[in-house]
Amino acid sequence: MVPLSYYLVLSGILFACGVAGFLIKRNIITIFMSIELMLNGVNLSFVAFAAHWHVLAGQIFVFFVMVVAAAEAAVGLAIIIAVYRTRETLNVDQVNLLKL
Amino acid sequence: MNQSLHLWLIPVLPLAGAAINGFLGKKSSRTAVSTIGLFFSGAAFASALWVALHFSSLQLPYQEYVAHWIRSGSFSVDFAFYLDQLSLVMLLVVTGVGFLIHIYSVGYMWDDPGYYRFFSYLNLFMFFMLTLVLANNYLLMFIGWEGVGLASYLLIGFWFTKDSAASAGKKAFIVNRIGDFGFLIGLFLIIQNFKSLNFDHVFEQVQPLGLETSAGLLTAIGILLMVGACGKSAQIPLYVWLPDAMEGPTPVSALIHAATMVTAGVYMVSRSHLIFERAPIALTVVAVTGTLTAFFAATIGITQTDIKKVLAYSTVSQLGYMFIACGVGAFSAGIFHLMTHAFFKGLLFLGAGSVIHAVGGEQDMRKMGGLKTYIPMTFIVMLIATAAIAGIPPLAGFWSKDEILWKAWEANPAYWAVGAITAFITSFYMFRLLFLTFWGDYKGIKVDDHGQAHAAHGHGDHGHGEPHESPWVMLGPLVVLAVLSLVGGLVGIHNGFEHFLEPVFGSEFPKAIAEPGNTEWLLMGVSVLFSIAGLILAYVLYVSKPYLPQKIAGSLNGFYEAVLNKYYVDELYAKIFVKPLIDGSTNILWQGVDRKVIDDTVNNAAAGARHVSDEVRHMQSGNLRSYAGWISAGAAIVIAYMIWLGMGR
Repeated sequence: MVPLSYYLVLSGILFACGVAGFLIKRNIITIFMSIELMLNGVNLSFVAFAAHWHVLAGQIFVFFVMVVAAAEAAVGLAIIIAVYRTRETLNVDQVNLLKL
Repeated sequence: MNQSLHLWLIPVLPLAGAAINGFLGKKSSRTAVSTIGLFFSGAAFASALWVALHFSSLQLPYQEYVAHWIRSGSFSVDFAFYLDQLSLVMLLVVTGVGFLIHIYSVGYMWDDPGYYRFFSYLNLFMFFMLTLVLANNYLLMFIGWEGVGLASYLLIGFWFTKDSAASAGKKAFIVNRIGDFGFLIGLFLIIQNFKSLNFDHVFEQVQPLGLETSAGLLTAIGILLMVGACGKSAQIPLYVWLPDAMEGPTPVSALIHAATMVTAGVYMVSRSHLIFERAPIALTVVAVTGTLTAFFAATIGITQTDIKKVLAYSTVSQLGYMFIACGVGAFSAGIFHLMTHAFFKGLLFLGAGSVIHAVGGEQDMRKMGGLKTYIPMTFIVMLIATAAIAGIPPLAGFWSKDEILWKAWEANPAYWAVGAITAFITSFYMFRLLFLTFWGDYKGIKVDDHGQAHAAHGHGDHGHGEPHESPWVMLGPLVVLAVLSLVGGLVGIHNGFEHFLEPVFGSEFPKAIAEPGNTEWLLMGVSVLFSIAGLILAYVLYVSKPYLPQKIAGSLNGFYEAVLNKYYVDELYAKIFVKPLIDGSTNILWQGVDRKVIDDTVNNAAAGARHVSDEVRHMQSGNLRSYAGWISAGAAIVIAYMIWLGMGR
């Protein structure tokens, strides 16, 4: 049996990669993928805990997260397409019309 | 059992008139406005007469409760009215003279653009004055008291585009505030000690109190009430507003600043006579104030050249007489003089208005003269009024003034002496006015254009080539008042008036009735002699030897200058009170407190918030990745904190 800590470390690494990608990358699609990475990092820790404590609630949470992530992906991609059509760029630093 | 008199109607009628004219008058015709104004003041007079007719069958004092006003614990004040002999006299004087002056105003103000406004204010004044005299408690009286002050302010500043009129109105209002302050504190003392402001309750508790030989509660209340009366009734040191109040239209001067409002102080002191009678020190204050004012104002009256200013100082002086009467405890004599004064002084002012109308707005007596052939009716009524105020028997002023002087003699011959000399001066300056105006040759301009004054007095476009008589709508009231000035004093024969008021004031001087002896006849003779001496002196100086006054004035140089400038009292007040107040307000309150403390606190708080926000807003850059950075940093801090907490376990 693989110890719980392994899962958690992997989950932490996944999350950290997501955060780093989110902070560093300028391409809005990459940022979007980083967000998915963070969500999946969290999902991993949920299922790991669920298996470790034999509690189903963790797995149910994961389903919720997946549904929300799917919805978010749909809306987010729609927004990205809309932005690209008007601004003709995917660089977030140039999508700054609301900036002071 | 008393039937219901519906006293409340008497003040409310003029209020209705004021409301109708005030709200609708602008679009109505002059005829409609005058009909409304006259109807409601006339209706008030009619109901006052109706009350007078039923008076003998009433159980007095008659009280009428209308509504609750203030209920606080055991203290309560109601809207309720009070009728006794004293309020009846005031009621008839106010509504009667008021109605006559309303009629006169129709003619006098006809061409004024503010015609409806004038009648609305005049009716409003009637409402407040009637509330004042009919109130059954001090607070309702105070409402009326303040209300007449308001109406007076509005009417003095009636021609508000004229700077002098606007500031005269302000002056009247502010000087009255000083008096009202005293009045209010007096009321607070009454509440504190008698737990009520109701006349009945207060006087019930005052009744058993003894004479206060040294200064005490009643003395304090009395003096404070007198301060209030000084403001309203233009006594030293607060008389300065009344002469300036002559900036208002002449009917206003007649109604408010001669016949009714200024006598409110006398009424209030008389109403509180139970308090004053028990406080000899307060009474002395009243008498001395009255004596000084009577004499002081009369001397100023000699030198004035503006016809209305002479009458204004004469009013101040006559009010002084009324306070002498109150001060020596002869309240009924004071009220008697109040009544006769309302007749002849109202007449004098209206007559002066007629004169001013005749000469096209001129008020300087030196530019009149010889008017008796041009305006004979006005001349006759003015002659009657002048004789009445001068105290020539058997006209109204003689009876009341003589009564006061006789009572003053009994109290202290010094009051009598000053009063008698004042009577002489009064006779002199009044006949001076008469001779300057009606005798000699007409010295005015005989051109059609009468400049500034024209517009100010609202004469229409009729020419002013020659002085001309006023229309009958103005002369009618003059004639009625002249008749009253002729016979109004006769009610005082055999102390008839005093007997009438006896239930209110108690019988004050039983010995006066017991021995109408030689002293009274002698005093009467002396005062008549004084009046005639004044008449003769005025005749000599202004008719037979008109060059003399100039010479006398020249030989008195400095003193004459001082009197001409009203003893520089206005300048003195300006220096002592007005200037420090304005300077203090400007430098300390405005520039110091208001701008430096209040404004700066608010402004600096706002500016500080803006500076801080200015810095903080850079966090919100619109840069997505910097937001993400902030979030991560925040998350890192929270996580670090939780780890630190966990390590502490």
